[in-house]
Amino acid sequence: MDLNFTPEEEAFRQEVRDFFAENLPDDIRDAVKNGGELTKEIMERYHAILNKKGWLGTTWPKEFGGPGWGPVERHIFDEESCAAYAPRIVPFGLSMLGPVLQKFGSKEQQDYYLPRILNGDDWWCQGYSEPGAGSDLASLKTRAVRDGDEWVINGQKTWTTLGQHADWIFCLVRTDPDVKQQEGISFILVDMKTPGVEVRPIKLIEGGHEVNEVFFTDVRVPYKNLVGEENKGWTIAKYLLTHERTGIAGVGFSMLELEEVKALAKKITRNGKPLSEDPLFAARVAQAEIDLEAMKLTNLRMLFTAQKQGAPGPETSILKIKGTVINQELKDLRRRALGPSAAPFPGSLSGSNLDVAPEGHANNAARYFNNRKTSIFGGSNEIQRNILTKTMLGL
Amino acid sequence: MNFDLTDDRQMLQDSLRRYLADKYPVEHRNKVAYAEPFHDDAKWGELTELGALFALAPEDAGGMGGEGFDISVVFEELGRVICPEPVLGALMASRLMTAAGADQEALLSGATKYAVGLGELDAPYDLDGIATVARDGKLSGRKSLVYGGQAADVFLIAAKDGDALAVYEVQASDVSVTGYGLMDGAGAAEVVLEDAPGKLLLADAGAAIEDAVNAGIVALCSEAVGAMDVLHKMTVEYLGQRKQFGRPIGTFQVLQHRAVDMLTEIEQSRSIVIKAAAELGGPDASRYCSMAKNLIGRAGRLVAEEAIQMHGGIAMTWEYPGSHYAKRIIMIDAQLGDTDYHLSRVAAAA
Repeated sequence: MDLNFTPEEEAFRQEVRDFFAENLPDDIRDAVKNGGELTKEIMERYHAILNKKGWLGTTWPKEFGGPGWGPVERHIFDEESCAAYAPRIVPFGLSMLGPVLQKFGSKEQQDYYLPRILNGDDWWCQGYSEPGAGSDLASLKTRAVRDGDEWVINGQKTWTTLGQHADWIFCLVRTDPDVKQQEGISFILVDMKTPGVEVRPIKLIEGGHEVNEVFFTDVRVPYKNLVGEENKGWTIAKYLLTHERTGIAGVGFSMLELEEVKALAKKITRNGKPLSEDPLFAARVAQAEIDLEAMKLTNLRMLFTAQKQGAPGPETSILKIKGTVINQELKDLRRRALGPSAAPFPGSLSGSNLDVAPEGHANNAARYFNNRKTSIFGGSNEIQRNILTKTMLGL
Repeated sequence: MNFDLTDDRQMLQDSLRRYLADKYPVEHRNKVAYAEPFHDDAKWGELTELGALFALAPEDAGGMGGEGFDISVVFEELGRVICPEPVLGALMASRLMTAAGADQEALLSGATKYAVGLGELDAPYDLDGIATVARDGKLSGRKSLVYGGQAADVFLIAAKDGDALAVYEVQASDVSVTGYGLMDGAGAAEVVLEDAPGKLLLADAGAAIEDAVNAGIVALCSEAVGAMDVLHKMTVEYLGQRKQFGRPIGTFQVLQHRAVDMLTEIEQSRSIVIKAAAELGGPDASRYCSMAKNLIGRAGRLVAEEAIQMHGGIAMTWEYPGSHYAKRIIMIDAQLGDTDYHLSRVAAAA
């Protein structure tokens, strides 16, 4: 048993910390810290900063232009980027499609798409969920029919995050409707500028625009846009999900959130005293802190296993469940700490010099509501329990 | 970063697991744990011959371990068989004697059984509330729920000596000991001291007592993890076997998800115990031990109550082994500070 990082790992941590201190622009840090909008321009600028350093494809091996990090280095990078108030890397091209192309793509696909992802030439989005296929993803109905050298695609995708910025979408589509559901799915790349692709925004619970519906009407794309074998798309989908689970505990974000809650509770006055001295509130914060402390160790234990075995195991579903629950609890504590000051609708006080919330704590009800998504996306927490039932309990 | 046991600790775990599985089956455990003297003196001898107590003390005190992870390995194995032997008293006494630089060969060999008297009726956890006093080497007061006290030869008693807390060594023959059995097996005693002669072990013992309590917390939390792991496996096995409505009840999603939630909390428990064990003896030990005891208290209640509920009526019987695991897991909360006590300590330190 040794809970310490090696001297090499600590040196790497310092290198990452120094890098962010020197290279993360103030406006980007402030946007993250204050819950401001992370625009396309901000994200592209941030990606370019990381790419220049060679740190953008955090999961990519060196042969494809990545830094070749193992699970521990990725973990350290994630922790330090959170601590520096850097944005989370937009995952669709970098942590999802990239690894898929590296494992299943043709040489031609790898040579064309991978450098464009790193260089920011293409913004990717994910075409997985459909109105009738959420947790039961394999029941998806968007249809692709081969017509000579082309696929003709008809159907609808939904919850397409940041699809409004996207140049390309990777899609799971049904290519054989007559076999078992999982065996008739293929993985196809679609240029969003193709005639027949239409993006419609979905306004979210807090008023923001993050996700979209994408409609496909007789969309024709080249046959060579198929990744891997025809009808083997489900294998790719499952592979992609294991990559989606890395870093899913969100420990770094929760650690920041905890510090924010504690600092806030010292600033806010209730009953003539700082809120931090209210025993009920302090007890709730303490309980969240204890759960988070355990989560940190659970995360490290699973990293250690992933490093030994070469891949994260099914037990990482525990990280998804517990990590999101803890983060949501912290978001709730921050919203409650602010009380009515959390209530103003984002932006509606702009132009006034009357702040109702301490600096950096505006938009907190919005953040709380928006964050309810984390226990739903990426395989809902109930789906994670189904996975654990099969893999860990054998029931 | 490495979460594997060292070779030595792996050997210790293997030998303890083999011995306890073989010699301490639950039928035997239940026979000795609920009848005087509430443990098995012959098994105590065998267990100490295996070196279980030597693993609890550092080398310069005559032991072969004494780190948090040594304690953790021993007590997790004891927890797996809900062993009623008075090892906790030996551990805490050993910590105090190590702090005092006292000879503890008789303790580590198992020849002399020690129990530690800290808690009192009106101050079960809080050291500031100790009312037992020492004057000129004579002790007066009452120590309550002294775990292992029913079988102890020697007591280490915490008492107010002027303004400071001191620890005295007191012979069982010099005090009134009323032994009794516990709901979850094993025994304890009420120890009444009336001008009882004591030998000063530690003056100004606050820090040493805190360390002994922290070591005891690592031990109890590890014991709980071992017991929870076994009880969870029993529950999952039962879900796979028990049929109602023509199919195993483990095919019902409502039960599957609850069994997964038990697993999640057990993994979290294991994690926080690793952290507490790593910090034992260091400047932040009390903080992480309080975190561990709080989390284990919450997880333990979930695991024990859900195990009973999912087993249905069978877990309400004395005959079913799982019910004894559930009792032990729940009652651990009442030793060395419960869920609320430790939560308020963490909250106050923030």
